[in-house]
Amino acid sequence: MQLIKPDININFVGVRYKAFLLSGTIILLGLLTLFVRGGLRMGVDFAGGTLIQVKFDRPTNPDEIRNALQGTIKNAFIQQVGAKVDNEYLVRTDAIHEELGSLSNKIEDQLNKTYGPGQQVLRVEMVGPKVGHDLRQKALHAIFYAFLFIAVYISWRFEFKLSAGLIMLVVMGLGIYLLDALGLNAVYLIGGALVVTFVLCWYLKLPYALGALLSLVHDILITIGIFAFFNKEFSLEVFAALLTLSGYSLNDTIIVYDRIRENRNKDKKVKFSDMINGAINQTLSRTVLTSMTVFFVILCLFILGGSVIHDFSFAMLIGVVTGSYSSVFVASPILIAYEDLKKKKPAAVSKRAAVETNESKAARSTKKAKKQSPGQADVRKSARG
Amino acid sequence: MKSIGIRALIVGVILVIGILCVIPTFVSTTLPGLSNVMPDKIHLGLDLQGGIHLVLEVDADKAVELRAERFVDEIKDALRSKKIGFTKVVKTGAWDIDVVLPSNEQLNEFNETLKSDFPSLKPATTETTPEGTIVLLTMDQKEVNDLRNNAVTQGLETIRNRIDQFGVSEPDIRPEHGDRILVQLPGIKNPQEAIELIGKMAVLEFKFVAQNVTAQEIQDNKMPPGVKLYPKRPSDRNTQETKIPLEEKTVLTGQHITDAKVEIGQRSFGEAQISLNFDSEGAKIFERLTGDNVGRNLAIVLDGIVYSDPVIKERIPNGRAVISGSFSDEEARAVAIALRTGRLPAPVKILEQRTVGPALGADSIRKGVLASAIGGLGIVLFMMIYYKFSGAIADLALVMNILLILALMALIRATLTLPGIAGIALTIGIAVDANVLIYERIREELRLGKTPRAAIDTGYQRATITIMDANVTSAIAALVLYGFGTGPVKGFAVTLFFGLAANMFTAIFVTRIIFDYLLTERRVKELSI
Repeated sequence: MQLIKPDININFVGVRYKAFLLSGTIILLGLLTLFVRGGLRMGVDFAGGTLIQVKFDRPTNPDEIRNALQGTIKNAFIQQVGAKVDNEYLVRTDAIHEELGSLSNKIEDQLNKTYGPGQQVLRVEMVGPKVGHDLRQKALHAIFYAFLFIAVYISWRFEFKLSAGLIMLVVMGLGIYLLDALGLNAVYLIGGALVVTFVLCWYLKLPYALGALLSLVHDILITIGIFAFFNKEFSLEVFAALLTLSGYSLNDTIIVYDRIRENRNKDKKVKFSDMINGAINQTLSRTVLTSMTVFFVILCLFILGGSVIHDFSFAMLIGVVTGSYSSVFVASPILIAYEDLKKKKPAAVSKRAAVETNESKAARSTKKAKKQSPGQADVRKSARG
Repeated sequence: MKSIGIRALIVGVILVIGILCVIPTFVSTTLPGLSNVMPDKIHLGLDLQGGIHLVLEVDADKAVELRAERFVDEIKDALRSKKIGFTKVVKTGAWDIDVVLPSNEQLNEFNETLKSDFPSLKPATTETTPEGTIVLLTMDQKEVNDLRNNAVTQGLETIRNRIDQFGVSEPDIRPEHGDRILVQLPGIKNPQEAIELIGKMAVLEFKFVAQNVTAQEIQDNKMPPGVKLYPKRPSDRNTQETKIPLEEKTVLTGQHITDAKVEIGQRSFGEAQISLNFDSEGAKIFERLTGDNVGRNLAIVLDGIVYSDPVIKERIPNGRAVISGSFSDEEARAVAIALRTGRLPAPVKILEQRTVGPALGADSIRKGVLASAIGGLGIVLFMMIYYKFSGAIADLALVMNILLILALMALIRATLTLPGIAGIALTIGIAVDANVLIYERIREELRLGKTPRAAIDTGYQRATITIMDANVTSAIAALVLYGFGTGPVKGFAVTLFFGLAANMFTAIFVTRIIFDYLLTERRVKELSI
């Protein structure tokens, strides 16, 4: 059986500008939604507060619950979860209760008063502001470290340059140490890491690493944007999904890249963009199949897995789709864009890039080294499929 | 290339070990002698079996403050017994103590008492004012540190004792960084009660009800010196809380309690009450106390609230007392445990609380397993349809992969959580990806006209590095996630990481053996792929 014919030849590369436009638009819309909403709707894990999941013995609605809870909690966010017949609701409030005799008890009493006995509190999560703050910081650091290690691994494996990976590690490590010492927020830390990485990729002539990492950022941004768009809660589980995606979304990219490099050594006469388009088409079957299998199991989790991992599965679903999309429409065309830029205006490019990296001494010194041996980066060998 | 036999042996041994590891999880019979060798069954996380996860913070500073308060009382007692005159002794600031003496005459005697009885208090400043001589006492830094550390270790110990007496199987109570304590109580039925028990200070004090205080004075909150108003617990839920004036001096504390039990009261129609037994010293104090004050009201104060204030009818020589005060049965039980295990050295605050009811836990397991099973089944069928016999080989590897994840979890005693189940499901999806990559490559090579042997060689060789790279990036994410770790998410990271590791082995190594066997031993000419 074959879903995708082996001789398939779609001109993916030809629509790359449209694809860039599409990706750019989605990301921009996502960022805009984020801006308008004033950030993601953080779950209790990160924002602090109390979350209570209640199972009612008969159908009800958020307004009824809100009325029942009047006087006990204010500004509750109430939402039905799971199947309609289950009558399960999440009640979320910013209030926290650090003493004994907890809020959940009061809420249960209050609900039993209105609805009669038999209303079941299934789950209570209370996170104090201190723990919430700790978790936020830890999460941001985790994103940073995941990105750092993946970036180093990718630059090493994709470019067969351990030295490049090590330079990356040292520069990032130093830069981050400095940023951390300045007491900067972890958000800037991540931003800083991104800029440093991309600039390094450019200077060390690591187009594959650049493409892979850009498509990774692309996937994460789109997933976050869609979460913001649906105003879904950003919980610990969703965070776990994002981190997993940062590793998984590279899978398809790695498949395509390996083929590109294999083909590159075969026939040097083919136009670069045609060669890349060929590689995408040759691997299209496995790109689609591998994503499909993962998409299918996550879809099962999304539909059947219950309310607790619902949002986790949702994030993963988006990530798997964008991951495949980006390997075809972002990661591969970036190689072409890189090549074009390098050919057309090398002088202008290096000038602009130099302005971008004034702060990075290490990058500048490596640039000098590279200038002495131009074209070295193009000669690589590959033994991959 | 190693021989098929050796490779098959390796796989066989790993398979047997893996099966042995997961047997306890699925079969409850314990074979004698074997249970020592085999790992325990896989531990379920709180989100699956229900329970409480608490992060508490001990207010260590408060322990020092409380000590300073007791010092004030002790200094007063010491000065009184040594007949040294003083104007007042008060706590100032967090834990400094001001002692005001009428004049410089008492200073020498006072300093001597200080040296002999209170070596951890040091006079910081001494000044003479029209009011008298004021000595500012500060606590030794070492004493402060000891009190702080003790507050955490003793708090931990007390909480542990309370939970033991409360009856929870496999509680996990341990210190975390700073002054934090992690409490995990799996499978608990009555979470609220447990939380209240853990947080109860259980400071028991006996104080006399002040005489000659008028109702007007109480209303105006104007108390004579040495008298303070305390809230009194209402006798039932409908009556309002009242205030009662008590003499500030504590005549007996919970320190002398040897036992506290729940009893059913005779007078109050089967209402629960708590009977206390004092040690010999406590009994002596109590006997003298009651004998000297027949006719007065003695208030029993627990955590600053007056529970009852019975009239002393006669001298009580047997060292027994009863706290009544309209307890519910559960509450009486919690108070009794708290009194038995002693007071907390400092108040604890709940920083984080996660409670999962057993119903939701069971529901989560059911749904998680069902979703994974359907997902897995779909994948298995798909592989068989799409790649025919080769798909079945990949399915075999998939089953072994799941077995190995569970075996590894049992071996290192990792905890299976709901996201952990999701991790296994995800692994199912990712695991067959490896075989998809290999098989697609093999198909491609076959289309180029290669022999099955050559196609398989190239397919595995070319795909292996790609699979490794793809798995390593995911594994990096899993490792970082593990480091970030909080309970359920950590469980996800664990299953994902094991799944990826097992994948490298089953999808590449194990399936290859089967293909090699088919080609070499069975001399298969055509691949079913």
